[in-house]
Amino acid sequence: MDFATLFQAFSDMTFVSFCQHMVNGISLGSLYALIAIGYTMVYGILLMINFAHADIVMMACYFAFFGIRIFQIPWFVTLIGVIVATAVLGVVIERCAYRPLRDAPKNSVLISAIGASFLLENFANYVFGGRPLRFPKISLLAQNISIGDVRTQFICLCIPVVLVVCLMVLLHIINHTKTGMAMRAVSKDYEIARVMGVDIDKIISITFVIGSSLAAIGAFMWGVRYPGITPYLGVMPGLKCFIAAVVGGIGNIKGAVIGGFILGLGEVLIVAFFPALSGYRDAFAFMVLSIILFYKPTGLLGEKTTEKV
Amino acid sequence: MKAKKILTALLASVCVFGATATMASAEEVIKVGVFLPLTGDNAAGGELELRGIKLANENHSTVLGKKIQLVVQDNKSDKAEAANVVARLIEKDKVCAIVGTYGSSLAMAAGNIVKENKIPAVGTSCTNPQVTAGNDYYFRACFIDPFQGTVMANYMKKLGYKKVAVIQEVSNDYSVGLAKFFMDAYKKMGGQIVDVANYQTGDKDFTAILTNVKAKNPDAIYAPGNFTESAMMIDQARQLGLKINFYGGDTWETNDFLEVGGDAVEGAVLTTAFGREMATTKEAKIFLDSFEKQFKGEEPSALTALAYDAYMLVYYGIEKAGSTNSVAIRNAIAANKNLPLVTGKTTLDVNGDPVKGAVIKTVKNGKFVYVDFVQPK
Repeated sequence: MDFATLFQAFSDMTFVSFCQHMVNGISLGSLYALIAIGYTMVYGILLMINFAHADIVMMACYFAFFGIRIFQIPWFVTLIGVIVATAVLGVVIERCAYRPLRDAPKNSVLISAIGASFLLENFANYVFGGRPLRFPKISLLAQNISIGDVRTQFICLCIPVVLVVCLMVLLHIINHTKTGMAMRAVSKDYEIARVMGVDIDKIISITFVIGSSLAAIGAFMWGVRYPGITPYLGVMPGLKCFIAAVVGGIGNIKGAVIGGFILGLGEVLIVAFFPALSGYRDAFAFMVLSIILFYKPTGLLGEKTTEKV
Repeated sequence: MKAKKILTALLASVCVFGATATMASAEEVIKVGVFLPLTGDNAAGGELELRGIKLANENHSTVLGKKIQLVVQDNKSDKAEAANVVARLIEKDKVCAIVGTYGSSLAMAAGNIVKENKIPAVGTSCTNPQVTAGNDYYFRACFIDPFQGTVMANYMKKLGYKKVAVIQEVSNDYSVGLAKFFMDAYKKMGGQIVDVANYQTGDKDFTAILTNVKAKNPDAIYAPGNFTESAMMIDQARQLGLKINFYGGDTWETNDFLEVGGDAVEGAVLTTAFGREMATTKEAKIFLDSFEKQFKGEEPSALTALAYDAYMLVYYGIEKAGSTNSVAIRNAIAANKNLPLVTGKTTLDVNGDPVKGAVIKTVKNGKFVYVDFVQPK
């Protein structure tokens, strides 16, 4: 591969193509951001990486599939149902896999999270089958729209809006409510918060409810955008969202959003400007992670702490 | 004391009897191993092929006066797992021949094991040349990538396309092989390849490569690859306002391609090995009848027909060899000529690849429809 071909795309890039790439990248980045928030919140509170988060996203896709395609429930009703069901799933996982290990070493919880992830994947493989299913087509969200020569789906415009709304609601809860104050306290110092009378179990459950609900919203939009659903659907996006959370500074919600955008936009733009590298786009995420960890191990917005998993 | 002696004698006789009994039953059946991706990314293809093998086994269940017993293993669409299950079929189940698999990468992963153990294997739909090249023990029932890629190049040239973009699944030997032979043939005929884009197995977002392709203004896109990814890619191409048609290989011919792709894959064109319209042999009629009986209302896929043929190649091999000696079966499979199989009269060349034609199909009203038949040169 010589440099001429590598950089040829720069001169070939038209304004329309560039805008098209930006639209593609922003919608992908917003999806990553929504899922990355789930990783970062659980880490902020529990100091553990919830590896099952990606599989919660996968299960939410199946819930939506069953709601709309099998039971023929209107999609907006299904969306609410999916959020509730996914939140319940998140809390159940926390109850069964993480709570019994509350006072165990952090590594045990981490292993338990990996176990929960495998359990969900294999459960889905066994119950729903390994063959891909099509996420139901929601004509309102999936309709094609064009702004000049830039074309996209209606959902791609919704995704960033939904992200901003979710983020504002979330930041309001964390910064301006009593529960939020308790969450911040738990995340600052778990033991002291418990001594000061914070109901740790309740706060952790609420964290999982919020994280899983965001995962459900993300999964629903993911499904509309990328309609093939399989039991291993969450693996690669999960990995990338986790990287996004680390890049932004794990435990920091705004950081997760920034990380999500860096990854989503970066992945699209690297293909846009270096088409010869289009087979290596996944490597981009891992490269960014390595560089960030090398120069700023706490992530872009991360705070210095002495304890890390 | 005496009682104890009698008991020992009894026990010993039971043991001997038991041993002879199991030995007898082991000799009554001929074990043929089957390894296919029944779960994972390629599960849809594996399932269609298992149908074909089972049908063939029901229609032709005995050879040399013994029953053929299928030992089916799932290779989970995983290269490492493919090597493991083939080793298990040979060492634990002691099969005398193996049928499988869907997926060139999976077949290649098992290649050295069958070669070292001198157990003949017949591939169902692994179309990469490397599967049989340099391996005397691997045969196959399907045509190979150079042929499939070349046929599509000819066909697309005939349709009058001048500029074609190629999108390949770089981590898939099958896709890269088809794309390469397509491009070689297409360029030789004076056609122009305006872009070659890559993606990875399991990718979900194709908007970036499609936006690049769109900017190059091709007349058509050749995108051989796995059916799930291809269907999602075509769907996203339509969202981006890319109206040109997509062309691909035989992997697309699964219901999952139609399920995931929906309206978007309407009009997509592919090369494949079997169409009801070209079923001329007696075996093809037997196949269609028995298929109709078991899967009412369904259209038999080429994968099912090829898997049926792969089993038949082994069957005729054992029959001609006259024994279950695996080397003798291997030589018989290689020596057989003009076998009347489902996908036409078949003779294997020196590499163990069949010489036969390809069918062109398109998606119309959510179904695969026969378009044309191309003879090998």
